[in-house]
Amino acid sequence: MFRTLASGSEKIEIYLDGKPVPVPAGISVAAAMLQLGALPTRLTPVKRSPRAPFCMMGVCFECLIEIDGLANQPACQVEVQSGMRVRRQCGAGELAS
Amino acid sequence: MRCRGIGIVKQTCQLVVIGAGPAGMAAAQTAAEHGVDVTLFDDQAQPGGQIYRNVDTSPLADTSLLGKDYVFGQPLVQAFRHAELDYYACTSVWYLDKAREIGILKQGVSHKISAQRVIVASGAQERPMPVPNWQLPGVMTAGAGQILLKSAAMVPDNGVVLAGNGPLMLLLAWQYLRAGVNIHAILDTTPKGNLFRALRYLPRALAAGNDLWKGLRMMLSIATARVPYYHCVSELRAEGDNQLQAVSFSAAGRHHRIDTDLLLLHQGVIPGLHSLQEAGCKIDWNEAQQCWQTKVDAWGETSLSGIFVAGDGAAIGGAVAASLSGQLTGLQVAHQLGFLDAGRRDHLARPIIKARDRQLAIRPFLDALYRVADAGMIPPDDTVVCRCEEVSAREIRDVIALGCIGPNQAKAFTRCGMGLCQGRFCAATVEQIFAQQRGESMADVGHTSARPPLKPITLGQLAETI
Ligand code: FES
Repeated sequence: MFRTLASGSEKIEIYLDGKPVPVPAGISVAAAMLQLGALPTRLTPVKRSPRAPFCMMGVCFECLIEIDGLANQPACQVEVQSGMRVRRQCGAGELAS
Repeated sequence: MRCRGIGIVKQTCQLVVIGAGPAGMAAAQTAAEHGVDVTLFDDQAQPGGQIYRNVDTSPLADTSLLGKDYVFGQPLVQAFRHAELDYYACTSVWYLDKAREIGILKQGVSHKISAQRVIVASGAQERPMPVPNWQLPGVMTAGAGQILLKSAAMVPDNGVVLAGNGPLMLLLAWQYLRAGVNIHAILDTTPKGNLFRALRYLPRALAAGNDLWKGLRMMLSIATARVPYYHCVSELRAEGDNQLQAVSFSAAGRHHRIDTDLLLLHQGVIPGLHSLQEAGCKIDWNEAQQCWQTKVDAWGETSLSGIFVAGDGAAIGGAVAASLSGQLTGLQVAHQLGFLDAGRRDHLARPIIKARDRQLAIRPFLDALYRVADAGMIPPDDTVVCRCEEVSAREIRDVIALGCIGPNQAKAFTRCGMGLCQGRFCAATVEQIFAQQRGESMADVGHTSARPPLKPITLGQLAETI
């Protein structure tokens, strides 16, 4: 769906649903998911319908994802970090305390 | 710079500015220059807002690809980085009240602070464009497409369909063409008659400067690129099961279907008012811009004394006007706090007001030209209106038929607007459906209320604050 124009950019490794994948450093988790084509990024709690990032600016909350064990993080507002564990949520996600 | 991205936040601040877009940066800098102690909170990792996002940290080898108006932001962001003020990035504001108590969330920790003056510069968001299946992966906003380009140098790789109207959609098309992106089609939903109705504002727009010419040049280069361009598009639908596969629509009496895995929607921007509404500022309906806006005085002060709004959060005027209105607001705060006498304030304000009015002169033309048809805001029954709680237009019409008295009661009946986005992508639609079904004006229907927390916050974080 998306490709990058910044070909030579530095890569780091994150874990997506447990599997290591290389992604460009400095971009948001949501951008990385779109570049990887890892869609949908979640299933909704209400009807389990597939969703993906929509606004990319922290307004719509469609991009919610589990990051390093914390559920419901807005993926478009969080930058990828080396070793980050990203997990797609099916349904309500774990309720963060 | 006293840029303390991390570290302790003062409990009591002289001036808190919310947002580091053009308005927030300008307001903060102006106030700081006159001696005000300024603390600025911004959601994003870098200053610049959405418009100047990553302008000095771009992953693009050549930012001129995005056009001169974007590069214009570079010195503004640079100057902000050197200003004498406290700037907290990645910090969201989840609470604001009329006593100017503010709740912020920074690195997972919530803090409560108070301020003598608050300037809200939270900018604009895209107007919801509810079409059937717009919740499918593969449908995004044009703004999202532009953010991906600015912040991650990402462009569509299997082509894209752009649908809707407004300057941002055309700008994105122009930028994509320069980046070599294949645009399957542009579906312009501008209703017939808009151009004619806009003509009476044209002389003023022409006299105001070169923005109009820039727009025309952009349209010309889109035309010469031979992108399929459909006018007066209606009955737009996204199609697909688990992911977008095609877009269907009507134009010139014919039905069309275009295969695509990416559809970007846009029909203008509206002020981001959540924190202002929640604090209790008076809000008015702006019929020309088809949106709610904060009631403010000449300096941007709202109905709540000491709370100001600058930039597109007050009324849509674009980045340059936002920056100028930020300066005016900054001057007034400096004056109210005793750093600047009235004479000096007025002297400094005069050229700024002149420049801002010049910037705003094109607006009535743009507002009339890109006025959204009712059909663009009022979707058919099978459309999901509230994406978070998955409430359809039919369900909203059903509760209205049952006698539901307004958008706020519809929330309780359907949970529409009670999800995590808190109505940011459905309130406008629900209000429009009410207005149409009941034959009332938007001012009569009233606006949907906003409640804290403005951003998701866990109970644990909330408990720490109290
Ligand atoms: S994509 Fe809208 S909040 Fe992240």
